[in-house]
Amino acid sequence: MTDYEIDTKKNKSKASEAIIIASNVNKWYDNNFHVLKGVDLTVYEREVVVIMGPSGSGKSTFIRTFNALEPYQKGSIEIDGIKLSDDLKNVDAIRREVGMVFQQFNLFPHLTVLKNVTLAPVWVRRWKKAKAEEIAMQLLEKVGILEQAHKYPSQLSGGQQQRVAIARALAMQPKIMLFDEPTSALDPEMVREVLDTMRTLANSGMTMVCVTHEVGFAREVADRVVLMDSGTIVEIATPEDFFNNPQEERTRQFLSQIL
Amino acid sequence: MNKVSPWIWLKKNLFSTWYNAVLTLISLLFIYWIGLAFIEWALTLAQWRVIEANLKLLFVGYYPQELLWLTWTTLGAIVGLGGFSWGILSSYSSLLKRKSLVILGIICAVFISVAFSVDRSNYILLSLPVILVAGYFLGKQLKRLFPELKSWLALIWLLSFFVLLWFLLEPIGIDRLSGLLLTISVALISILLCFPFGVLLALGRQSDLPAIRWLSVAYIEIIRGLPLIGILFMTQVMLPLVLPSNLQLSQVITAIAGFTLFTGAYVAENVRGGLQSIPRGQTEAAKALGLSPPFVIVLIILPQALRAVIPSLVGQFISLFKDTSLMAIVGLVDLLGISQSILANPKYLGRSAELYLFLGLIYWVCCYSMSIASRRLEK
Repeated sequence: MTDYEIDTKKNKSKASEAIIIASNVNKWYDNNFHVLKGVDLTVYEREVVVIMGPSGSGKSTFIRTFNALEPYQKGSIEIDGIKLSDDLKNVDAIRREVGMVFQQFNLFPHLTVLKNVTLAPVWVRRWKKAKAEEIAMQLLEKVGILEQAHKYPSQLSGGQQQRVAIARALAMQPKIMLFDEPTSALDPEMVREVLDTMRTLANSGMTMVCVTHEVGFAREVADRVVLMDSGTIVEIATPEDFFNNPQEERTRQFLSQIL
Repeated sequence: MNKVSPWIWLKKNLFSTWYNAVLTLISLLFIYWIGLAFIEWALTLAQWRVIEANLKLLFVGYYPQELLWLTWTTLGAIVGLGGFSWGILSSYSSLLKRKSLVILGIICAVFISVAFSVDRSNYILLSLPVILVAGYFLGKQLKRLFPELKSWLALIWLLSFFVLLWFLLEPIGIDRLSGLLLTISVALISILLCFPFGVLLALGRQSDLPAIRWLSVAYIEIIRGLPLIGILFMTQVMLPLVLPSNLQLSQVITAIAGFTLFTGAYVAENVRGGLQSIPRGQTEAAKALGLSPPFVIVLIILPQALRAVIPSLVGQFISLFKDTSLMAIVGLVDLLGISQSILANPKYLGRSAELYLFLGLIYWVCCYSMSIASRRLEK
């Protein structure tokens, strides 16, 4: 799969460095199911990579190995120069660099929106409460939730909750943002507000890896699109090539089902 | 519902069909028969003097006469604190609402009747209603100055509990407590100890370390398989064997140890239910934010898990409170023990019905106020 990476590198206008290097990542579940079969992927700074694929293809599992939510048994992952290993210090360091947004939002229901956003900066980064709140308010304004800052998550719509979740991840000032099907649990009319937020974030130069089924978003925002199937990467290409001129039969088949 | 006239209500709920009407009539007859018998007994045969004469004994037991002012001062402090909390927690004008006035009236009536039968010349007892209302207005005033005070209330109660406990026990030692005073002290101390113990056990049962997990499981399952009275006898007999011989444990302390060890296992199982009800996404989100495992547990999991199990935890504490009556069997003079010694007095021979009825009333008042407090806490 390394040959794909060569031609994507010239696609990036800026000469940028690799920030995620995953090579030969293998994972077996406890029941010996081989869920990731030697996956290689390199993501460059300021790049937006969209991972698509049928359900059960291992795409969510794959990005969840980046911040050690899923352990893997073979291969190596390096995030911003830090090797992901069993060393808890490295895991902590990587999680501080990597923000994640989940399909089910996973906001903390017992805390207000503002407290959700300030929690990690205060307890992990050890910021003063006032500073954390100031930055949280700026982020909430950016994602358009400022008026709801003192409400509880259950009082917000799904789209609003997901935008709070994005603000919460951004509050740690991560270098990389992972999105694990961020719009799959949303009503159709709320998908757009979340995608708009993600688009703004991409335009600001954030490195993003998104697992999503949103073709429009992938076409418009992604630098590269990845197709995964049954634990391997089938194809990596620019959005134009991926959607208009796919090289692999499996990709054509997948696209015919979703387009 | 409230707007419906009583006749329509009766017809709809009690006489809607012929068999409902028959059931209603039979029940009414039954209630009438039981109620009449009880009232007849209560007004003619029963001799309530046994309670009036022994009220002080039931409440404070054999607390030394010359130090009794300590117990009254403690009661005054608790009542004042209760009024204070009421003032802080209540919404604006609630003292003037009918419901609050009725409750206040009942409380004052109880205070005054107790004061009259225990000690007529006791200023603290007589002024309890005044202390309650004064605490209420103090709470109101302070709330206006410090709106944050509400979140400190639990801490204030906890601190005053320790201060008052020390205040009560310092001059006489825990072993000389008896009566309701002993019951309440043992119950509260055991609740305060078994709660953190149970939470730790529940966390241990969920731990990734096999040794800790299996130890917790073994402890919980063994304790839950034993009767409380057996554990009480065991702590009375076995703790002194295990501990160094120069460390003499008082009987009350060993009883507290027994209650704590026993209820801790049950609290652990309740808390485990709460821990398991928290979706895995919560842990994952917290980890992804970089929170370390202790922070994940303390900031994210426990607050949600404990809130979810407040009703069953309070149920556990209520049953602990009632179980303290087993102290009478291992030779301590708690509320039940002191009633037995009163009944042994030839003067009050055969007055057990009156006395036990009164005991039931005291236990019920204590337990019911705990369940009211828990419903408040849930909100």
